Amino acid sequence: MNADRLSLSFELNGRPVTTESAPAIRLSALLRDQLGATGTKVGCDAGDCGACTVLIDGEAACACLVPAAEADGTAIRTVEGLSNGTLSALQASFLRHGAAQCGICTPGFLVAASALLEENPQPDEQAVKDALGGVLCRCTGYRKIIDAVMDANAAVALPGPGHNSGIVGASPLRLDGEPKVRGTELFGADECPEAALGVVAIRSPYWHARFAFGDLAHFLKNTPGLVAVYTARDLPGENRFGVIPPFADQPALAVETARFRGEAVAILVGEPAALADLELGEFPISWEPLPHALTMEEATADGFPAIHSERVGNVLTGGTVRRGDAEAALAASAAIATGSFETAYVEHAYIEPEAGYAFMDGDTLVIKACTQAPIMDRDDTATILGLPPEKVRVIPTATGGGFGSKLDLSVQPLIGLAALKTGRPARMVYTRAESMASTTKRHPASMTATIGADAEGHVTGMVFDGDFNTGAYASWGPTVATRVPVHASGPYFTPNYRASARAIHTNGPVSGAFRGFGVPQAAYMQETLYDELADRLGIDRLEFRLKNALRNGQPTVCGHVMEEGIGISACLEELQPHWTRALADADRHNRADSVVRRGIGIASCWYGCGNTGIPNPSTMKLGITADGRLVLHQGAVDIGQGSNTVIPQICAEALGMPLETFEFVGGDTALTPDAGKTSGSRQTYISGKAAEKSGRALRETILRHANVSDAAAISLEAGALVVREGEAVRRIALADMPSDENGFVFSAMESYDPPTRPLDENGQGQPYAVYGWGAQLVELEVDTGLGTVKLLRITAAHDVGRAINPMLAEGQIEGGIAQGIGMALMEEYVPGRTENLHDYLIPTIGDVPEIRSILVEVPDPEGPFGAKGLGEHVLIPTGPAILNAIRHATGATITRLPATPDRVLAAIDKTRLSG
Amino acid sequence: MTVQASEAPLSRYVRPASTEEALDLLATGNWRILAGGTDFFPAQGNRPIRDDILDINGLEELVDLHHRDDHLFIGARATWSQILRAELPPAFDALKLAAREVGSVQIQNRGTIAGNLCNASPAADGVPPLLALDAEVELASLAGRRILPLDAFLLGSRQTARQPGELLTGLRIPTTSTTGVSHFLKLGARSYLIISIAMVAVRVAVGQDGRIEEVAVAVGACSAVAQRLRRLETALIGRRVGDDALAAVADWPFDELTPIDDVRATAGYRRKAAAELVRRALRQAHEQMVRDPSLEGRVAA
Repeated sequence: MNADRLSLSFELNGRPVTTESAPAIRLSALLRDQLGATGTKVGCDAGDCGACTVLIDGEAACACLVPAAEADGTAIRTVEGLSNGTLSALQASFLRHGAAQCGICTPGFLVAASALLEENPQPDEQAVKDALGGVLCRCTGYRKIIDAVMDANAAVALPGPGHNSGIVGASPLRLDGEPKVRGTELFGADECPEAALGVVAIRSPYWHARFAFGDLAHFLKNTPGLVAVYTARDLPGENRFGVIPPFADQPALAVETARFRGEAVAILVGEPAALADLELGEFPISWEPLPHALTMEEATADGFPAIHSERVGNVLTGGTVRRGDAEAALAASAAIATGSFETAYVEHAYIEPEAGYAFMDGDTLVIKACTQAPIMDRDDTATILGLPPEKVRVIPTATGGGFGSKLDLSVQPLIGLAALKTGRPARMVYTRAESMASTTKRHPASMTATIGADAEGHVTGMVFDGDFNTGAYASWGPTVATRVPVHASGPYFTPNYRASARAIHTNGPVSGAFRGFGVPQAAYMQETLYDELADRLGIDRLEFRLKNALRNGQPTVCGHVMEEGIGISACLEELQPHWTRALADADRHNRADSVVRRGIGIASCWYGCGNTGIPNPSTMKLGITADGRLVLHQGAVDIGQGSNTVIPQICAEALGMPLETFEFVGGDTALTPDAGKTSGSRQTYISGKAAEKSGRALRETILRHANVSDAAAISLEAGALVVREGEAVRRIALADMPSDENGFVFSAMESYDPPTRPLDENGQGQPYAVYGWGAQLVELEVDTGLGTVKLLRITAAHDVGRAINPMLAEGQIEGGIAQGIGMALMEEYVPGRTENLHDYLIPTIGDVPEIRSILVEVPDPEGPFGAKGLGEHVLIPTGPAILNAIRHATGATITRLPATPDRVLAAIDKTRLSG
Repeated sequence: MTVQASEAPLSRYVRPASTEEALDLLATGNWRILAGGTDFFPAQGNRPIRDDILDINGLEELVDLHHRDDHLFIGARATWSQILRAELPPAFDALKLAAREVGSVQIQNRGTIAGNLCNASPAADGVPPLLALDAEVELASLAGRRILPLDAFLLGSRQTARQPGELLTGLRIPTTSTTGVSHFLKLGARSYLIISIAMVAVRVAVGQDGRIEEVAVAVGACSAVAQRLRRLETALIGRRVGDDALAAVADWPFDELTPIDDVRATAGYRRKAAAELVRRALRQAHEQMVRDPSLEGRVAA
């Protein structure tokens, strides 16, 4: 026996396994790396997320906390062992309920739930929560998971063949769902090519420091298994990237100075086993810490040096929208409300840390990694590595959640450099701490605002000023500075308006895109002031919002006049009966209990879909091959939100062929036209519109070829295209026809770019072609002895224009609400302190209450079949409605997030003193 | 068996089959003890293991709970799930409630009660209920066995009285301390998988006259080590559970607590919350007693 390895024998999913392993490696590593059982996911390596849950002799355990040696003599069950050819009842229930979105947490939930169902085949909601409390999900909001587990043993079969003829408005099972519930979906860390080298980054332990390398050649020579050490000097191209080219400022590897803690300064490339055994502290580097600023106050203080020399005062950029005379309107108002508000850094906390690998295919560098933006990854990586874009091919793996952060580069240039220089495949998997320290966050905001209204309750004007901590590099800071003033009014008619936002550099983590680009922060400011204003005027809070809701024909604060499609009053009207009932419930409760106080709150949202006043095209291609297949090149990355299903549904409807006829080519930059990034709630609307246009174009081509009218039906039958119109049947033998380079006999490729108008110096223009609208009602209880908040129910009305897939739309609403709850009540990323998932808290299955979704359909003239975007909208109202409900319950005004129990109790105590 | 723990040449891994073997090994060097692994791996992170590891998961004699002459013995390898499944009197309700709050089911299935003590976190869920049960720890070494009260074992945050040659073999709960009812309250910022802001365990027993004869109040996460509030307990003796007892707590200053500000809460809040939790736990204990038929109506609603 090898002296450093144990021989282990155990049963894995019913089959005997004998293997050798180092005794104290994690069981998760043994399963994944040695036995290829990659259905077991790794999210944190600390027992905080439960993604690696397996059953050991029938008991659930986190495989990351079990030494490999303990596997000996046990029976282990993983997600791969749940199905016996066909899906288990639980897996089928997950599919049926839409309980898997990105799918990275799904194996952990399935395994933990299967242990519960063994003991308790018909669990109630509390039993499900208790059994699954140790598994985190960042996409679904847990409600569909609860339903799926409670319903697992109900005698409901999956829909049979033909169910996926489902077109627009139906909820066919998500097309990429089955691999997610089987655990066979391949995420960034799930593939490891033969003989791949590992890549590990050396990162700055200081907020701001100059550094110098020691004798790297000596270190390389004396470290067995290490193949190369690369620094910025080894990057062949321009060492500067950024999602917005004019602001690109971030090096792939820092040069001489690190501007934030966690910034990469070098990579080590070597044999994986050798890297795992390396003490990174022995790497030869010396640091000279420099003065640093973590807060905007410090960074903008007189005399604090510019973090980027050309950005004076550490102001990256700003944005302003002006309309009418806000100050004069406020002065003439019957009532005003004024206040300030502070929000925290929020971490995306997707369960999949960044991962991927790169290899050379001839002279083309191929990168397979999780991402939201394959074309942007390709272009930036090519620039950094000095390659023409066509010599870099990006193939997205399944992406285990993104929420904005996976728009920016992470592993791509580092694995690309390693593969390019060594010629060997190179793989990198971020640790949880590394992911949290080095990738982007939601901008902390510091805002002030004043809103005025006349005596009848019509808003007369608003001023808003917000500073947003954009951290060490630009990332999406300019987008936040632009989007916030455009949206800070909320979906209300505000005739006089001045709003300004600035992105401020600090040495904190880079703030980037996170579901809403600063708009959620601004909504806290505006929506909490609306409650104060309504109270001051003695008007019901919902009525006040309805009175001011933007109507068709009224200009937005940017002067954009929409003649149709504005759905905010429809959403508020949907909530009216729930509001009346909830108000009565709360009053009744509060008459009987003085310690636990019930409150209800409401808040609205609007959100423009796609880029702000600049081009934002998407292209879709599809065709029919000579061998009779219908293939859609669908490049919109599905990070769990459902574009792999929704876009084909739209295309199928436009083409007039059933969904199940389609085959797909994913967002491979070598094969698929650019569908743009998954961001800005744009895929259903913009890529969906491109898919609609392409579907219609292909239909017209075929109809023209067959010389029939639009009433004809098209189908594929045994390698032939069959066109029927009335009694007439036309059979087109495809094999005999010439095909193009894609193998297509008939094809179409159409693009769509939203008709927008750039904003002028006063922020006037037409920033978006389509907006989505929504409002949410929160019912909660506040324990006034402890300051804790218990959510009872959330009713969410969202105008989606047309619900292409109602089940997926509900999934977006529930997931967005869960993130809104987290931001409101528990999430605060403290740089350098909360780089794990037990100090950084996201909601668990016990923190998301019952959610009632109301899908409102006010068609948009521009969107495909009337559809509007939804993904970001859904988290905007949740938090403000929670704070408004806390105030209703207790009188306490919260002006700093998150509203943790200590802050809530302090706010309650303040009202007691002043009361 | 002895093997190298990782690819590194310097680290050893052993998994002895008996306590004697384990103690022999412990006498020979500086070993890092591995039991449930639920604190071991998070502490290790992704750094290579350089320590010599003594895996005690082969020690079958440390798995069970059993009654000895004057105490209940809880073996060092007993997991939280085992505690939950064990048939124990109401005095252990607080410990069972705490067991449910340790991480998640996955953690409770692997994590050991002894490991929770050896890890010595100020927010260890198991400590307040064990303090309320007057728990003692048994430490074994080649020199023999010694018994320490839990509050003498826990010396500070991440500090215990265990010597390098010693193995914590189990806990002892004196039978005399298993009377009365108990309750446990944990306060955190979310529902599951949560490190507490503050927590409280109480155990209360009444005499024939319905007055408090024995009481334990322990508070965790509000000082470097969870502690019993002995002066408060003294003030509660002889009072009736319910309003009479609560009156004694109403203005209690709780100045034995030394909470700190951290990412979870401010110190001031912790002190207030702990006081509120003590009141609520006592109220709960009172309600349990009112419902308890064995008390034959000695405790009025």
